[in-house]
Amino acid sequence: MALAKIERVTGRAVHVPGEDIDTDRIIPARFLKCVTFDGLGEHLFKDVRFREDGTAAEHPLNDPRFAGATILVVGRNFGCGSSREHAPRSIAKYGFSAVVGESFAEIFFGNSVALGLPCVSLARPDLVALAARVESQPETVVTVDLVRAVVRGGDDLTWPLSIPPAAREALLAGLWDPIGQLLEGEEQIRAVAASLPYIGA
Amino acid sequence: MGKNLFDKVWDRHTVRVLRGGETQLFIGLHLIHEVTSPQAFAMLRDLGLSVMMPGRTFATVDHIIPTDNRKRPFGDPLAEGMVRTLKDACDEFGITLFDVPSGRQGIVHIIGPELGLTQPGMTIACGDSHTSTHGAFGALALGIGTTQVRDVLATQCVAVARLKVRRIEVIGKLGPGVYAKDIILHIIRRLGVFGGTGYAYEYAGTAIDALSMEERMTLCNMSIEGGARVGYVNPDEKTFAYIEGRPYAPKGEAWTRSLAYWKSITSDPDATYDDVVRIDAADIAPTVTWGINPGQAISVKEHVPTPETADSDAERSLIREALGYMQLAGGQPIEGTPIQVAFIGSCTNGRVSDFREVARYLKGKKVARSVRALAVPGSMEVARAAEAEGIDEVFREAGFEWREPGCSMCLAMNPDKLIGSELCASSSNRNFKGRQGSPTGRTILMSPVMVAAAAIRGAVVDARDVFAIR
Repeated sequence: MALAKIERVTGRAVHVPGEDIDTDRIIPARFLKCVTFDGLGEHLFKDVRFREDGTAAEHPLNDPRFAGATILVVGRNFGCGSSREHAPRSIAKYGFSAVVGESFAEIFFGNSVALGLPCVSLARPDLVALAARVESQPETVVTVDLVRAVVRGGDDLTWPLSIPPAAREALLAGLWDPIGQLLEGEEQIRAVAASLPYIGA
Repeated sequence: MGKNLFDKVWDRHTVRVLRGGETQLFIGLHLIHEVTSPQAFAMLRDLGLSVMMPGRTFATVDHIIPTDNRKRPFGDPLAEGMVRTLKDACDEFGITLFDVPSGRQGIVHIIGPELGLTQPGMTIACGDSHTSTHGAFGALALGIGTTQVRDVLATQCVAVARLKVRRIEVIGKLGPGVYAKDIILHIIRRLGVFGGTGYAYEYAGTAIDALSMEERMTLCNMSIEGGARVGYVNPDEKTFAYIEGRPYAPKGEAWTRSLAYWKSITSDPDATYDDVVRIDAADIAPTVTWGINPGQAISVKEHVPTPETADSDAERSLIREALGYMQLAGGQPIEGTPIQVAFIGSCTNGRVSDFREVARYLKGKKVARSVRALAVPGSMEVARAAEAEGIDEVFREAGFEWREPGCSMCLAMNPDKLIGSELCASSSNRNFKGRQGSPTGRTILMSPVMVAAAAIRGAVVDARDVFAIR
């Protein structure tokens, strides 16, 4: 399957502060009542972005200074909890093309990469510096550069990023959706199945 | 050098290593439900693919199913649509569906073991993070996203990075009134909500050996709340006895062959681990959460922490955020906090043993008038077994509503929800903001017996005091 090679993502950024932000917060369960992923973007962070009467609450995504941002900056252990793929889907459908944080929960990370949504980590002080820059100068152009393994903020700031090597490789090579590779191994798949005591005989 | 169970099972199920370094892992048992799987069938159709091994996938409906009135069509047209979409997909691709008419419907992580589908030495995947539950049998069970559900349907495989293994030894004897739920809340409190990222947890030690299969399921169930995608216990005679005779358990010659395989995949005595943690069972008390993630937990006799006790700015702001949301003051005892709702059920604590244990203490007691109390069996089989023993009557007489099986108020995708900022004493697994259906609703996680005690008193309380558990 021919997929785009994802080498770098460039755009303005928005910082959504907080640690351990779970996937229920990213997309509340009531919006999972759907049989397609269409329309999830508008429900991103719904219950923290809007009050119960539907009026906008104070939230970075409601701040016009950050409108049109394509890079989401978050904290530690982002995406913990439920395995719902609706979470990275809603982030992507909202218009984000990359997420920068201190760390990510495992299932969320895998779900994101499989959609071609890179999640990269910065050391805490670097993340704090990036967030401060974005908040004070929202027009700053941020680049997530997977080739050089750095995040750049404007022309003057550069920080080393980390990402598991397999995920980086998959994004750079355009192999982030694994289905093509998985399908290639059909003969080997059947051989492994046949070798298992609970299937084989 | 010896190998641990993780390494043995992983290696046997490895198809190959993919470019980039992830493993193409064969999945022996695939479980699906109505929320995260219908979209995967649509992806399959878009790619012109079919289901490679339809006999290795089993489906049920649990997340959105109503627990009061299950007459079709459901009152909620969206719920009706999801269940119908799953049924149509199962019919189209030849997948067995345990829906309500089958008499075997229930929470996916309860029916797998109950039917004997879950077995040691298997790889198991499901589009649900609590798939780790099945690790109680010595299976490697991982929660996956919808794209991976598609991958398993199409190829019976997932692409996944190999995990490290941390052995968590719980040594000694649990005190009276202390359950598996307390062990896992204690572990997550100690190792943190992301301490397990990149790890599989192997639970071991005399306290784990002594647990029933049901309690091992409770333990493994919440591995993901500590960041570990996989959690398991080595299989033993209890495991084999639990499986024997269940509908999908191997029989005759296949049983003998399976038993040999199951014994062969247990961790060797000289197995090595990436990390080992030891916990003294005597240090574990009935544990409750006070905050907005399962790691924010204390013993019921402790006081809620204050921001000043935190050792970093990030921790301090987390404590502040949690106290504000939970409407608690730092330093106050958690005991005595009034509750409005009590919920017993979920894949964590919705098995017949949970209801049986609570019923022992609930007999003759009454739920406080200020509390709305819900008991939701984890499956139709759990409901039948409980009803045969008269357990449902004990719950009803005490003032609980006895409902039909489903996930219910654990994630509140069905009509069972908190209202406003109600506080719920809950036997479920997540106390996230808004988790139980109201954006301002509050959750305190605890064992089912602790929930029953809170329901009776109308406030968080030490069940050992209420029920004279000594």
